[in-house]
Amino acid sequence: MKPAEMFRHMTRIREFEERVKRTFTDHPGVIRGHTHLADGAEASIVGSVATMRPGDQLVSTYRCHGYPIALGSDTSALMAEIYGRATGICGGYGGSMHLADPERGFLGTSGIVGQNIPQGTGAAYAAQLRGRGDVVLTFFGDGASKQGAFHESLNIAAVWKLPVVFVMENNSYSAGVRTDLEDANAAAGEPLATKARAYSIPGVTVDGGDPLLVHETVGAAVERARAGEGPTLVESRVYRLSAHGNSIAPPGVPLHYPEHEAVTKYGDVEEYEAAKRGDPVPRFRARLVESGALTADEADRIAGEARTEMQAAVDFALASPHPEPAAALSHVYA
Amino acid sequence: MTGVTTREMTYAAATNEAVHLEMARDEDVVLFGQSVAGSPDDPFLKAFGADRVRVTPISETAEIGMAAGAALAGKRPVVDCTMAEFLLVSMDQVVNEANRFHYMSGGRVTAPLVLKAGYGFTAGWAGQHTGSIYGMFMGVPGLKVALPSTPADAKGLMASAIRDDNPVLFLHHYLLLLEQGPVPEGEHLVPFGSADVKRPGSDVTVVATGWTVHRALAAAERLAADGVDVEVIDPRTIAPLDTATILTSVEKTGRLVLVDQATRHSSVATVIAGEVAEHGFSALRAPIVQVTALDASIAYAKPMEDYVLPDEDKIVAAVRGVA
Repeated sequence: MKPAEMFRHMTRIREFEERVKRTFTDHPGVIRGHTHLADGAEASIVGSVATMRPGDQLVSTYRCHGYPIALGSDTSALMAEIYGRATGICGGYGGSMHLADPERGFLGTSGIVGQNIPQGTGAAYAAQLRGRGDVVLTFFGDGASKQGAFHESLNIAAVWKLPVVFVMENNSYSAGVRTDLEDANAAAGEPLATKARAYSIPGVTVDGGDPLLVHETVGAAVERARAGEGPTLVESRVYRLSAHGNSIAPPGVPLHYPEHEAVTKYGDVEEYEAAKRGDPVPRFRARLVESGALTADEADRIAGEARTEMQAAVDFALASPHPEPAAALSHVYA
Repeated sequence: MTGVTTREMTYAAATNEAVHLEMARDEDVVLFGQSVAGSPDDPFLKAFGADRVRVTPISETAEIGMAAGAALAGKRPVVDCTMAEFLLVSMDQVVNEANRFHYMSGGRVTAPLVLKAGYGFTAGWAGQHTGSIYGMFMGVPGLKVALPSTPADAKGLMASAIRDDNPVLFLHHYLLLLEQGPVPEGEHLVPFGSADVKRPGSDVTVVATGWTVHRALAAAERLAADGVDVEVIDPRTIAPLDTATILTSVEKTGRLVLVDQATRHSSVATVIAGEVAEHGFSALRAPIVQVTALDASIAYAKPMEDYVLPDEDKIVAAVRGVA
């Protein structure tokens, strides 16, 4: 994937997430439950997904909007899913936390921290059996590495030399808690990729704000997996620019996106401001324009197209019908 | 089973025969777990190779989670989970993941997998390896639960479980593993959600599962000598549960005794009692009676183990009480 194309997908993901966030104020009540945004992780997502070829697959957590956008899923159907409409990519059965687009390789999510990690590992076992060199990317956060599911999966993937790349998006917060308060490696000032050593597999840390670096790092891990050499743990350092999720409240209380935990919980305004100054989307745009890979006009056009696309997604979702109530009894069993 | 060639074989062998036949029939069926491929002579390993038959570390969450992921990616994993209690280590993967994938995706993905585990090992295994814990799985949407009581049903339900496009919990009873019975040769499928009348009768309906089916049948023979004609029904799968066959029987007999090795409030018996009280009340001529395990863990010492379990005498007494 060309850098300009990476920028286009990063911009689309950002615009999509901005529109999800804006929905809480523009159209109160339209989004129910809990949403988790990927703003700040666009470079990591796009750089990773760009390593995939047909036949490769991915699984993710509940913070899942970015991956299908990068894979080319219909953003109107994605927005309609988050709005709970019958036209949603999963018919309104899943919502924000449970997107899936298996035809594009996105097998789905788990809303329970860490539990998608063995699932990605199992998909990699299936890929190994197919014998076509397919690879599975398994995305999760730093918090998930405190789950037994993470450790069990890395162990078995290493023993079986499974074609899986474990992409840990380390955003320095395990839900709302700073990672150095609950992670032994972080507390010791070591990268979380250190955990790979326990399973005798490569563990690498990469600046998740740089899509080209992510592409190179995850790409090397993917090639290693394709060659039958087994799994890699990639720690991609990102900064989540929104709070962990929207507010949690009983019905009747309007939902909203609070400020980031750095501010609300730890009073560290400067940390958050610094993260915004390092925002990977404008950073990559400036770099592309500076290097001549993209003109400012082209970058503006890409941003404009993303705005148009996501406006259409919002319009489509708002105009879409709600599911029939009795559809609740479909799909219980296959 | 007229027209079908059968042989006497054990419940355990019949179960394995189904797995073997399905693995031969469909190369997407894979088998893994902590106790498979135990030696180079293992018949599964020899027939299907080390790719499809794999021993796993003692990592239930990874095993069952991997089955879910492999199923999403087109495989039909059979996970030998050994003991039902080991499922509890991985409860999220059993009741909150694969069973919801088809639904949460609006039908876009399927997760066909079989979790095979033994239960009810009331032979001195004490508190943590003896439970009849299926009650906690039977109300889980998207998950099917099979409890075979005979070698033929074990084979037929396992074959159906592997072909099913949903996650299936196949729970075999440890006390039945060496029980012999006639088993059809070749392809043998027992449909899910189809109860079997193990003994027709006209006076009292007894519903039992697993090992208690045989206790109920023995009780029925004793009662027949006293002129009480007992109908014994085995639901065979408790999710889906064939309440129609039970209600039809109760329409005929007007009397219902429910036998269950589980503790009462986590039993199939209680669920059936509720269904019949709601949908078959007008047919009842006596209160529904439940003969379940008593509300205690299973003790190690045999007298205490025996005391809490349903047995032939308790079933006979319960039937006499309503007949």
